[in-house]
Amino acid sequence: MRKNRMPISRRAMLAGAGAVGLTLNMPKGAFAAGGKLNFYNWDTYIGETTIEDFTKETGIDVQYDLFADNDELFAKLRNGNPGYDLIVPTNDFVERMLTADMLVPLDHNKIPNIKNLDPAFANPAHDPGRKYSMPYFWGTIGIGYRISKVSKVPDSWADIYTSDEYAGSIAFLNEATTIMQMAMKLMGKSMNDWSDENIAAAEAMILAQKSRITAFAPDNGQDLLLAGEVDLAMEWNGDILQAMDEDDDIGYVVPKEGGLLWEDDLCIPKGGPNPDAAHAMINFLLDDKVGAANADYVYYATPNAAAREHLGPEYNENPAIFPSAETLAVSEVSIYPGQEVISKVDAAWTRIKAAG
Amino acid sequence: MAFFGPTAGWLVLFFFVPLAIIWVYSFGENISLTEIKTTWTLDNYKRLFQPAIISLFWRSLWLSFISTIICIMIAYPVAMVIATSSAKAKPWLLLVIILPFWTNLLIRTYALLNILGTRGRLNDLLEWLWNLGDGTLALIGLGGYALLGDAFQPVKFLGNPSGVMIGLVYVYLPFAVLPIYSSLERMDRNLLEASLDLGASQWRTFRSILLPLSIAGISTAAIITFIPMLGSFLIPNLLGRGQVDMIANVIERQFKSANDWPFGSALSLFLLYITFIILAVQAFASMRKGGNRDG
Repeated sequence: MRKNRMPISRRAMLAGAGAVGLTLNMPKGAFAAGGKLNFYNWDTYIGETTIEDFTKETGIDVQYDLFADNDELFAKLRNGNPGYDLIVPTNDFVERMLTADMLVPLDHNKIPNIKNLDPAFANPAHDPGRKYSMPYFWGTIGIGYRISKVSKVPDSWADIYTSDEYAGSIAFLNEATTIMQMAMKLMGKSMNDWSDENIAAAEAMILAQKSRITAFAPDNGQDLLLAGEVDLAMEWNGDILQAMDEDDDIGYVVPKEGGLLWEDDLCIPKGGPNPDAAHAMINFLLDDKVGAANADYVYYATPNAAAREHLGPEYNENPAIFPSAETLAVSEVSIYPGQEVISKVDAAWTRIKAAG
Repeated sequence: MAFFGPTAGWLVLFFFVPLAIIWVYSFGENISLTEIKTTWTLDNYKRLFQPAIISLFWRSLWLSFISTIICIMIAYPVAMVIATSSAKAKPWLLLVIILPFWTNLLIRTYALLNILGTRGRLNDLLEWLWNLGDGTLALIGLGGYALLGDAFQPVKFLGNPSGVMIGLVYVYLPFAVLPIYSSLERMDRNLLEASLDLGASQWRTFRSILLPLSIAGISTAAIITFIPMLGSFLIPNLLGRGQVDMIANVIERQFKSANDWPFGSALSLFLLYITFIILAVQAFASMRKGGNRDG
């Protein structure tokens, strides 16, 4: 790089740069505390009036910010909490944040509504005893499809991973770990068995199928499905449910080899200015009526058993929201595999993207 | 206190300091999920030479190069039209070119998604043309031969390099038009008139007079379209449908899902070095030209 000749003395330059360096040590937590909650959540993931109802009931103002995916959430909090009180990571990212010691233990005394939870969620593997998280919504990843364009219900991952029946009409998620995990399910392995052979076999399978895949869709597989650009899309169940709402010709299925079970949790990151407000919001969201209104709008599966009692059969018995017992038996929860596996998966993913 | 002026301060704070941080990161390694230790290791730079990364760099260079050529070929006539238009029309034509700048890149790219999809506007148009052609053929008695095929097959513009190139050309065309326009605008028209008076054909005048004198504008246009194209991430992601990744997509992944900031820093700096080399070549070439050419 060519050096610019500046018409000032070296001393003035160093003094100025030093002043600049001082400003970089600005304290984190630039948001004000006391009576204010900084809530960092996914997009379209809360009821229409939930935030206002919270402010009306508790008097706490809410600053509501959005993030697009777990990686963005983690990248934002990695170098210190910029001032968020309440965040909503997915279960494997809760594990990742616990490994990096980024979460505050919850005070269950401040969350009496914990009694409303379905007992199945009381002791998950990623957070035994719910010490650091409360479940918010859960769901599955499966295949959304256009009913009129498929010869039969695509109830196997082979329909998009190895079959050429729907070539040129398939959308995958643009997420390396998830795609490889579903390939492993198809091979009959556990999706958390990240041996080198499994990674290599999954990579080979996807490379072989690459020419038949239309798109690696970051989050809009349902839009491609609705627009008719693809006939099968690997997607989250809630996204496909939204599409089903707009178009009767769309269906959703979790393949028979099993899909991915995910759970989004409410957590309090370290360094937030107002953890009391965060506890209040968690308790508010776990309330039965609030939970019901929230679930009715967001239309993902709620772990709040008391809330479910207020909702009708078109929610409670919807197989796209609440999968059958057989599906639950073969589906798995993704466990955070550690940074080494993440690096290997990313290297494989770069190879897949660089090919052809 | 004789602190230096605000511009230099801005440069230091928002350019040199972040660049220095990235530079230091590139010699580091992850010691935990959130901490980077600067061990002055060259591992990250060694990883740049994996076949997948090299192949992605090549793809980015190649796509950007072709798109730049196409951009210049479209921009030159457009710039000529604007430069030779009346003084009243000029500002309006310039506005038409500059207006897309004021629209967000994401919106412009999404608009292209709508137009280029298999059920998008462009394929609608092609389908209409196909039906027209098919109907005409049927009218003149050649209907039975299915000369245009049995049915209209929509052209797949998206999810392959052609869609990405269309997107790159569309988004960066204003960058190309303006420098060429400004060099044509500054040109002495008398030279062209003299050439035509002396009997040279239009084409000869263009080739020997106009083109050489506007080379400076063309090379500037080439640089300021090629460099951003090289680092583009959104257009390959959306228009390439994730199938035509370029190097910036890999960089983005390192800072997010791969959680490998040292490697991402090394990749970013490599892209920066390529950019500097190109700029240096251009500066060198223009210096030499400036020495040879008389004012």
